[in-house]
Amino acid sequence: MSRHRMPSRHRAALVAATAIAGFGLAAAAQAETLTIGLAAEATSMDPHFHNLTPNNQIAQHIFDNLINQDEAQRLVPALATEWAPIDDLTWEFKLREGVAFHDGTPFSADDIVCTFERAPNVPNSPSGYGTYIRGKTVEKVDDYTIHIKTENPYPLMATDVSTIPIISAAHCDATTEDYNSGAATFGTGPYKFVQYTPGDRIVLERNDDYWGDIPEFEEVVLRPITSDPSRVAALLAGDVDMINIVPTADLETLESRSEVALHTGVSNRVIYMHIDHWREQSPHLTAKDGSAIDNPLRDQRVRLAISKAIDREAIRDRVMEGQSIPAGQLLPEGFFGVSPNLEAEAYDPDGAKALLAEAGYPDGFRMVAHGPNDRYTNDARILEAIAQMLTRVGIETSIDTMTNSVFFSRASSGAEGEPEFSFILVGWGAGSGEASSPLRSLLATHDPDAGMGASNRGRYSNPEMDAILMEALGTVDDARRDQLLAEATELAIGDLGIIPIHYQVNTWATRAGLTYVPRTDEWTLAMTVTGE
Amino acid sequence: MAVFILRRLMQAVLVVLAMACLVFFGVYLVGDPVWMFVSPDMNQADIAAVTASLGLDRPIWEQFARFLWSALQGDLGRSFVFGEPALKLILSRMPATLELATAALVMAIVLGIPLGLYAGLNPERAGSRTIMAGSIVGFSLPNFWVGIMLIMVFAVILGWLPSTGRGETATYFGITSSLFTLDGLRHIILPAFNLALTKIALVIRLTRAGTMEAIHQDYIKFARAKGLSQRRIVLVHLLKNIMIPIITVIGLEFGTLVAFAVVTETVFAWPGMGKLLIEAIQRLDRPVIVAYLMIIVLLFVVINLLVDICYSLLDPRVRLGEVSR
Amino acid sequence: MSTAELPGAEPAADAAVPLQPQAETPFGRFVQAYVESPLAVFAFVLLVLIVGAAIAAPWLAPQNPYDLAQVSVMDSRLPPGAVSMDGYTFWLGTDGAGRDLWSAILYGLRISLTVGALSGMAALLIGMVVGLFAAYVGGRTENVLMRVVDLQLSIPAVLIALILLAVLGKGLDKIIIALIVAQWAYYARTVRSSALVERRKEYVEAAICLGLSRGRIIFRHILPNCLAPLIVVGTVQTASAIALEATLSFLGVGLPPTEPSLGLLIANGFNYMLSGRYWIAFFPGIALLLTICAINLVGDRLRDVLNPRLAR
Repeated sequence: MSRHRMPSRHRAALVAATAIAGFGLAAAAQAETLTIGLAAEATSMDPHFHNLTPNNQIAQHIFDNLINQDEAQRLVPALATEWAPIDDLTWEFKLREGVAFHDGTPFSADDIVCTFERAPNVPNSPSGYGTYIRGKTVEKVDDYTIHIKTENPYPLMATDVSTIPIISAAHCDATTEDYNSGAATFGTGPYKFVQYTPGDRIVLERNDDYWGDIPEFEEVVLRPITSDPSRVAALLAGDVDMINIVPTADLETLESRSEVALHTGVSNRVIYMHIDHWREQSPHLTAKDGSAIDNPLRDQRVRLAISKAIDREAIRDRVMEGQSIPAGQLLPEGFFGVSPNLEAEAYDPDGAKALLAEAGYPDGFRMVAHGPNDRYTNDARILEAIAQMLTRVGIETSIDTMTNSVFFSRASSGAEGEPEFSFILVGWGAGSGEASSPLRSLLATHDPDAGMGASNRGRYSNPEMDAILMEALGTVDDARRDQLLAEATELAIGDLGIIPIHYQVNTWATRAGLTYVPRTDEWTLAMTVTGE
Repeated sequence: MAVFILRRLMQAVLVVLAMACLVFFGVYLVGDPVWMFVSPDMNQADIAAVTASLGLDRPIWEQFARFLWSALQGDLGRSFVFGEPALKLILSRMPATLELATAALVMAIVLGIPLGLYAGLNPERAGSRTIMAGSIVGFSLPNFWVGIMLIMVFAVILGWLPSTGRGETATYFGITSSLFTLDGLRHIILPAFNLALTKIALVIRLTRAGTMEAIHQDYIKFARAKGLSQRRIVLVHLLKNIMIPIITVIGLEFGTLVAFAVVTETVFAWPGMGKLLIEAIQRLDRPVIVAYLMIIVLLFVVINLLVDICYSLLDPRVRLGEVSR
Repeated sequence: MSTAELPGAEPAADAAVPLQPQAETPFGRFVQAYVESPLAVFAFVLLVLIVGAAIAAPWLAPQNPYDLAQVSVMDSRLPPGAVSMDGYTFWLGTDGAGRDLWSAILYGLRISLTVGALSGMAALLIGMVVGLFAAYVGGRTENVLMRVVDLQLSIPAVLIALILLAVLGKGLDKIIIALIVAQWAYYARTVRSSALVERRKEYVEAAICLGLSRGRIIFRHILPNCLAPLIVVGTVQTASAIALEATLSFLGVGLPPTEPSLGLLIANGFNYMLSGRYWIAFFPGIALLLTICAINLVGDRLRDVLNPRLAR
């Protein structure tokens, strides 16, 4: 085990010096350490323990999936070189030959079978991979071919498979503790596991036998630095080479610093307002004098008025410091299933007032908006800005924000098992990188048994939209599905099933001279960091 | 003495149980942790499966009974978030916190006693007034604010010390600590100073008060009359007499240091158990919260016990069993 | 035994000897002694000004920072001296939500002082009753009560409040409850130790001989003589409660963000500390520092004046 004791910038200087001295190191084999300060800590080294961004991004260093997602969440071959449906119910995957796990055992179809057995059944897992694996049966055809069968036609097969890290069959029975200690942490990925000290650091070492592009940095140290200013300070002090989730407050300062480079990209996360569509009288809505009124949010004109009253550009400029893109639908343009016809609603306070008057609320009403205060970038302040804007058109809005554990528990199932709030700020990141994910979870009619509308906290329901979505979910033909999803989106947004606010933009900061390609899934991956 | 210690421990167990009970039910009332963990596109059946696998589908009374039963066997439950035994998690983070608190304590003594002595011996001098004013400011500044200021000045602007994190560790005599390496010492200076700040102020004030009181006592006057040098009077006679209360208070303050480490660890990304607690609270990781509390209460009881015993050894007038004044 | 975290909570029992009235009233003598220190006078004046500003906040502040109709996000993060869209000047700048910092500080002071004073007073009442009761009744009851007090004092207040808030959730009422629970034991111990000293004094024995009722002895005779140390501990505890609230808000378990206390203003400004927008955390920080310093200085002086052993 080679541990480097020098701070990385000294090491960089040393490398430069040796290069000048004529030893001539190849660019791909720099003996350099990359230290990254991360905003959130992985809770485990077990790739199947918790399906959560901080964990998944670490797993991606050590493990490969059958199919990987690139920086824009397009599917790219990884352990599978080719895949295609061979009939309505069967997909065939050809596996990469000549790949070995970090402990030397060769990779083959048995590892896939083992992975599909283990991933949904990890003991004590707070959120596993059952969602992606249930209903799929893996058959080994030969050592390098597998078939995955489903009971119904399933177009999202490749997307589902691209979320699951492949482990070695030799460690199929390993426990989560075995992965945390390193006893079983052998993948096929570009980095090997070296050390995991919870709360302190994760150390990885380059896998020089990797089947794909060999990463530039020999050693990677990932350090959780959860406090925002501390993380920025660590970068400025040169203690880390890179940080993720640069707080918007510090962008201006960092931009003016020559020793820092910023890397900015849009994410797959839309921030939106979820609206109570189903209650006749909604708990947090009253007339201005406090008396009970019928739920005004059920009137499409009121919802449109709210959307028009929100100045999305002001939020972008004043709250997000430029780190957002006003949103008119569920995913930014460029993603699969996005409609070309939807634009962000323009700011129009007079139009909003007119619509409110038309709907019978010339004086507005009173509302409490709820949201988390530690989940999305500047979440509480976005909500506060929205409340200010609504108050200005007559909807007297106060806000109540809470820590996200409490918020989601109450927003999903409050006292009576129903969503407790009337008007909430939430975000949705489409892990699958296409529009069926938000449509199915946020806007499809709530039906727990069918797994539809699982996060439909406003209980929006439009049977026509449901029908188009169901058709799309059974359509294997990509072009047709793309079109159907766009149609469903247009219907749901036309009804203002949700009110989109913006797409979150994320920034990574590195020391000058490093380059990072921003990812829409917000992951931070050391293997795509490059020097000059 | 044995009876005394035994009685103390019995009381501690009672308190620990009461606390565990309160927190267990309290956290249950705050919210359902399952919503923290499940990914939002999971369907109802998956969510139910997770709830069942964490044992959260049971009635709260049953959950509590199970918890008590396994706690009796030394198992405080598994963290919902980490999937590891809560006890193991906390114990693995404890050395980092204890080493931070120890370093802070040493700083408080090394800086506080000389400054306090100076202020007590020369109460009217400008230097003393500055020290006392400084100690008031030391009390009044919010800990987290000072922390980021220290990082700003010493790590970002001056570049003298590392900004965050714990340094290299080494193992001697079976103890693994970052205090044994140069890199570790460099890393601990800022967070330890941040944590020590209020304690430095406290030690200054205690020493000053003790000195001012002692200086008028007969034994000092007698020593003066005997013609002993001021240096000898202060270092031998005065210091020896004011040390007992100071040491006692400082010993008890060790617990406060461990508690306030929560703030310092958050600012300095120090991998201790305080940071673990804050994150557990945010994620409603009940087993970790409960286990942390039980361990910390035990820790404090033991510290208090040790202080009381030391006190009785140092000062024979104090009889155990009636320690509280 | 476990002496508190702040100045003044030092051996309070010694402070119980009542001041001997000489020429004037005890209060007159007390004032005379107090004003001997110009710094303490300055601190007292400052404290009066601060409390006055907090009470008069609605009239002094150009904006109600809690009324979302008056606050506009378009005004966010403006530097000191900038002029708003509606035409008035932000002398101390604005914070991330567009609140005028001067107004926010005045209103924040209100909340911080309310938290400090309410929790302090409630804790004082509870502690006083428990302490007096224990001291007077004695025996087993006293033992049990004092063990509880000692045990609670062995656990740092910040931890008690942190855990309680994790259980209670966010809100002004909740943070006050948490601070009461975290503080009452200090008062209980202080009162009890002074009461113990008083109980053995002749005037109490005389009162008992006269056949006065227990309640009368406790409240009319013992309590007034225990007030001096209580006042000292009270000031110090109030300051520490305000600081504690700031810390809890920083840790994310204190108050909701829309109605910030001073501590929460600083915690919010904390995120801007590296960004060059110093004013967002700096001015509330100064306000908090002045408030706590003023209270501590007053408390310090009170202790010096009320504790004859330190007087030379």
